Amino acid sequence: MKRGKKVDYLGTSLRLMRYVASTYKLQFFFVVIAIIISSVGGMAGPLFLLFLIDDFITPLIGSANPDFTALFHAVLLFGGIYVIAVIATYVYNRLMVNIGQGVLKRIRDEMFTHMQSLPISYFDTHSHGEVMSLYTNDTDTLRQMINQSIPMTFSALISVIVTFTVMVFLSPHLTVLTLIMIAIMLAVTKFIASKSGKYFIAQQSDIGKVNGYIEEMMSGEKVIKVFTHEKKVIEEFDALNGKLGKSAYKANKYANILMPIMGNIGNLHYVLTVFVGTILTLTGLAPTLTLGALATFLQMTRSFNQPFSQIAQQSNAIIMALAGAERIFRLIEEKSEMDEGYVTLVNVKDDGRGNISECNERTDRWAWKNPHHIGEADAYRPLEGDVRFVNMSFAYDGLHTVLSDISLYAKPGQKIAFVGSTGAGKTTITNLLTRFYDVQDGKIRYDGININKIKKDDLRRSLGMVLQDTHLFSGSIMENIRYGRLDASDEDVIKASKLAYAHDFIMNLPNGYDTVISADGSELSQGQCQLISIARAAVADPPVLILDEATSSIDTRTEQIVQKGMDALMKGRTTFVIAHRLSTIVNSDAIMVLEKGRIIERGTHDELLKRKGTYYQLYTGALELD
Amino acid sequence: MIKKLARSIREYKQSSIATPIVVACEVVMEVLIPYFMAQIIDIGLSQSDMSYTVRLSIILIIAAITSLIFGALSGKLAAQASAGFAKNLRGDIFHHIQTFSFSNIDKFKVSSLVTRMTTDVTNVQNAYQMIIRILVRGPLMLIAALVMASRINRRLSLIFLIAIPILGFALFFIALKAHPYFEKVFRTYDKLNNTVQENVRAIRVVKSFVRADYEEKKFMETSNEVYDRFKKAEKIVIFNSPVMQSVIYISILLISYNSGKMIVSGSMTTGELMSMIIYATQILSSLMMLSMVFVMIIMARSSAERIIEVLEKESDIQSPVDGRDYVEDGSIDFKNVTFSYVKDPEKAALKDINLHIESGETVGIIGATGSAKTTLVQLIARLYDATEGCVKVGGHDVKEYDLDALRRDVAMVLQKNVLFSGTIKENLKWGDEKASDAEIEYYSKLSQADSFISTFKDKYDSYIEQGGTNVSGGQKQRICIARALLRKPKILILDDSTSAVDTKTDALIRKAFKEEIPQTTKIIIAQRILSIEDADRIIVMDKGKVVAFDTPENLLTSCDIYRELYDTQKKGALA
Repeated sequence: MKRGKKVDYLGTSLRLMRYVASTYKLQFFFVVIAIIISSVGGMAGPLFLLFLIDDFITPLIGSANPDFTALFHAVLLFGGIYVIAVIATYVYNRLMVNIGQGVLKRIRDEMFTHMQSLPISYFDTHSHGEVMSLYTNDTDTLRQMINQSIPMTFSALISVIVTFTVMVFLSPHLTVLTLIMIAIMLAVTKFIASKSGKYFIAQQSDIGKVNGYIEEMMSGEKVIKVFTHEKKVIEEFDALNGKLGKSAYKANKYANILMPIMGNIGNLHYVLTVFVGTILTLTGLAPTLTLGALATFLQMTRSFNQPFSQIAQQSNAIIMALAGAERIFRLIEEKSEMDEGYVTLVNVKDDGRGNISECNERTDRWAWKNPHHIGEADAYRPLEGDVRFVNMSFAYDGLHTVLSDISLYAKPGQKIAFVGSTGAGKTTITNLLTRFYDVQDGKIRYDGININKIKKDDLRRSLGMVLQDTHLFSGSIMENIRYGRLDASDEDVIKASKLAYAHDFIMNLPNGYDTVISADGSELSQGQCQLISIARAAVADPPVLILDEATSSIDTRTEQIVQKGMDALMKGRTTFVIAHRLSTIVNSDAIMVLEKGRIIERGTHDELLKRKGTYYQLYTGALELD
Repeated sequence: MIKKLARSIREYKQSSIATPIVVACEVVMEVLIPYFMAQIIDIGLSQSDMSYTVRLSIILIIAAITSLIFGALSGKLAAQASAGFAKNLRGDIFHHIQTFSFSNIDKFKVSSLVTRMTTDVTNVQNAYQMIIRILVRGPLMLIAALVMASRINRRLSLIFLIAIPILGFALFFIALKAHPYFEKVFRTYDKLNNTVQENVRAIRVVKSFVRADYEEKKFMETSNEVYDRFKKAEKIVIFNSPVMQSVIYISILLISYNSGKMIVSGSMTTGELMSMIIYATQILSSLMMLSMVFVMIIMARSSAERIIEVLEKESDIQSPVDGRDYVEDGSIDFKNVTFSYVKDPEKAALKDINLHIESGETVGIIGATGSAKTTLVQLIARLYDATEGCVKVGGHDVKEYDLDALRRDVAMVLQKNVLFSGTIKENLKWGDEKASDAEIEYYSKLSQADSFISTFKDKYDSYIEQGGTNVSGGQKQRICIARALLRKPKILILDDSTSAVDTKTDALIRKAFKEEIPQTTKIIIAQRILSIEDADRIIVMDKGKVVAFDTPENLLTSCDIYRELYDTQKKGALA
C-alpha cells in the first residue's frame, strides 16, 4: 500500500458521514434530536440558576417566614428537564451503538465483498497480512470515532451555536473578536491536523507492514525454528516495529498537543475580551455594553471555548480514523475484475427430438446461453469442452512476453499435456483459460465462443482446477470436499473421495469425514491435502479439468492408484495437465513441449519419441526439467 | 497482570512518570485560570478597578502560556511513553514467540497471534496513554473542584462526597458486567482475521470454484458475530454517561434547593451558589473524562489478558543452561522412545522405538502416509521431546545440548517448507548468514538449484514472493535443500523434500550428497522407493512402529511391506 502524503480530510469525512447517516437514516435522525435535547438540557443548568435566584430566592430574602414550596416546585421542574436530558443521553448512546457497529459491519462486509471481485493480480501484489490489517486495525480506528467522537463533536457544535447566538445579542463588537479567534483556532487545527494526519497515515501503513511481517513469519515459524533463525527474524521485526513506534509517537504527539493549544487560545481570547470589553465600556463606543453585560459575555466566552477543547480532545481519534478510513476506501475503490461477458452457462434438457431447452433443475447437460440470440437456432450451444487457442500472446507487465503465438486445440474429451521448464509459460496458459488474467493478443475459443464473451463466473464454473498449492479451509473434511459443489450430498462427497482415492485415509482419521482440519491442513500430509483437493474437483464434476501439478506430492504408489481414479475422472472431459512426472502424461492425446513461451514440439507420446527431440531427451533422462 | 505488562515499559519509564507530573502542573494552571477569570469579573470589572484588571490579565496571560507549555509537554511525553510502551510490548510478544516449541506453535493460530500483536496491543497502548494523561487529570480536576467547593460551603460539598462513591460503585458494576462480553468480542476477532487470512491465501481456489458468494456468507456470519457481541458489550458500557449525568444532576438540584434556603437565611450569597454550580459542572466533566478512560480500560483488560496469555506460555522445550555447544558426530540413537502429541502414552504416535544410526550413514525412511515418519525425525532436532525414552545425537541426549547448537548441526528440510519474501540469496542465507557467493553457488549446485537459478534474469537476486508462489514446487524444494546444506550440518534430514523434483534430478542430488558430503549423516524420508534405493539402510515404518531396519537388499527378502512397495513402484517406474 502506498504511503500517502496527505489525508483528504473533507472528502473522507463526508464519505464516512454518508455511511453513518445513510445506513440508519431514521435512527440517525433520532440521534441528532436526542443529542440536541441532551446538550440543551445540560446547558440549561446555568440558565436555571439565574432564574432560580431572581424569581425564587431573592424575593424570599428578608421575609421572616419564607415559604419554600415555590422553590421546591421550581427545583422539581428542572429535575424533570434533567430527567429528559438523561433519557436523551441514554437514547443517543444506545442508538449510536446500533449505528456504530452497523456501520463497521457494513464497511467490513463491503470491503470483503469488493475484495472478492478484485483480480488475482491484487492478491499477487499485496501481502496477506497487510490485507488482514484493513479488517482489524483500520476498521478499529473507526469505532472510537463513530461511537464517541461524532456524538461529542456534534453536541459541542450545538453548544457553540447556542452560545454564539447569545453572544451576538450581548455584544456584536466583541463577537467580531470571537470570530477572529475562531479563525485562528481553525488555522492552527488545520496545520496540526495535517502534520498529525501524515503520521497517522504512516502509522496505519506501518502497522499494516508489521501485520504482514508477523503473518508471514508466524506462518513459517517452524522453518525459523529449524534454522535457529530467531535472532535474525527478531532483528527484522524490531526494525519494522521501531518504525511503527516512531510514526505512532509522532502522530499522537501532534494530536495531543492540539488540546492544550486550543484550550489556551481560548484563555487568551478571554483576556483579550476583557481588554477590548473594558475599553468599549469605558469609552462608551458600544453604548449597549454595560459592565453587567460584559460580565455575562465573559461567562459566555468561557462556555464558548470549552467545546473547542472537547473537540480537540477527540482529535487523535478523529484523525486516526480518517487515516484508517482512507485506506479502507482505497481498497473499496480498487478496480474490480472486468467482466464484459454475457454468455452464461445453463442447465438444459433434451425433448428427445434434438431440441434443447433451458431448465432450472440440475440436469447432467449444460449449454452456453447467448442472450443476444434468443429465439434463434444458436441461442443454446451445448457445452462440449472444445477449447482452441488462436495465435495467443501474453505478457504480465505488457513488456516481457511470457507466451507468444500459441495455437492449439483440444477436442471434447481430449487430454492435453504441457511439458516444459518453469517460466516456459505452462501456468500462464491456465491463468488465461480461467481468465485470472486476460489474453492480450489472439483469442481462446470455448465451444466456438470467444471466452471474453462468457461471464467469468460461468466460465470458471465449467472448469475444474486442481492446483499444486492445495488450499484447504478450516472446517471438516466433508465441508472441504463439498466446496466443489455446495449441494453435493454426503454420498456424492464419498463417491468423489473414492474416485480420488482419498476415502481410505479419510476413514482412518479419528473422526472420518468429520475430522476438522485447519486452513493450512497441518494435521495432514501434503499428499493427503492433494488427494482432498482432487476429490474437491471431482465432486464439482466440471466438463473441463485443469490439473496443475496436481499429484506432485503424492507418492508414486498412491499416484498409480489415484491415476486410475483420475483417468476415470478425466474420461469424457477435456483435460489440461501440467506435470513434472512424465509418467502421468504418457497417455495424453497431445503433448505440448513449451520453451520460453513457445510450443516447440507437439504430438502424442509415441510421435514425440520417434521425433527424438526435446521430449525424447526428457523422457530418456538425457535432459533435465525444472 | 499489570506487573507483567509493566515489564515492557523499560526505557519509557521516565516519560511515563514525567507525564502525570507535568499533567498535574497543567491541572494546577487550569484550576487557577478560571479562578483568575472570576476575580476579573468579581473585583476588576464590578469595582471598576482598572489596574487590578490589567494586573490580573497579565497574570492570566502568563498562566495561559505556562499551561500551554505544560500541556504540550505532557502531550508529547504521553505520546512518547505510550507509543514506546506499545512498541516494547509488541516486541516482547514477538521475541517470546520465537522461544516457542513446535507444540506451542501448534496451539496458537497465526491469525490469533496477529490480532494479539496488533489490535490488542493498540488497545493497550490507547488505554495506557489515557491512564497516564487523563487518569491523572480527571481525579486532580475532581479534587481541585471538590476543594474549591468545600471552601465555599463545607456542608453542601458533602453532597459530592456521597455522590462520588455511589457513582464509583455504579461504574465498577458496569465494568464487571461488560468485561466477559469484550473477551468474547476479541475471540470472534480472531475468527474474523482467520476467515480473511484463509480467503486471501486461497483466493485462486475461491475464484476457480466461483465461491465468492459462499465466502461472503461465511465472512458475514463472523462479521455478524462480531457485530452482535460488540453490541452486547457496548450496550452495557453506554450506561456510563446517563448514570453519571443522573448523579451529578441530582447533586445540582440538591445543592440548588439547599443553598436557596441558605441564601434566604443569609448564610450564603448568590455568587457562592453560582460558583458551586460551576464546580459541579467541572466535577461532571472530569467524571465524563474518567468514564471514557474507563471504557477503554475495560476493553484493554480483555486485550491485556490475551497478550499475557502468550507472554506466560512457557516454551515446553527449554535450552539447558550451559548446554553442550558442540555435536561430536552424526550418530543417532533412539532408546525405547515413545511419543505422543497429547502427552498421553495411550495415544502414542510413536511406540517403543529403538534405533542406532552410524555417523555418516545414509538412511532412508519409507512407510505409508500417517506411519509417523515425520514425527520420528522431528525428535532428532528436538522439535518435540520424547514422551518416554531418550533420543541421542553424537552420543548425548538431545536434551543436554544447547538448542541452537543442536539445530545448527541437525539441519532439516521440512515437508511443508516455506520460502520467505525476499531474494533467493536472502532465503539461502538463512542457512548461513555469512555464506559467500561462491559457497551459495556451490551448495545450490549440490541441490541442483543452480541450474535453474542461473537461468533467471536476476540469478540469485531474483525476488521470491510470499510463500514462494512464483517458483515451481520442485524449484522451491531444491532451494530449501540448498538452504539446509548451507548450514553444513552433521546430520541432514530431508522430509519428503524431493517429491516435486523429477527422478533424474533427484538422483543427481543424491549423487552430490554421496560425493560431496560423505561425512554427513543423511536421513531421507521419501515416497518414491527410487529416492532411497541406494541408502545404506532403510527404516520401514508402519503405524508408529519400526517394522524393519536393514539394507535394501535384505529388506527385499525379509520385509513384505518393502517388497510390495518395491514391486509396484518398479513396475510403474518409467524413467
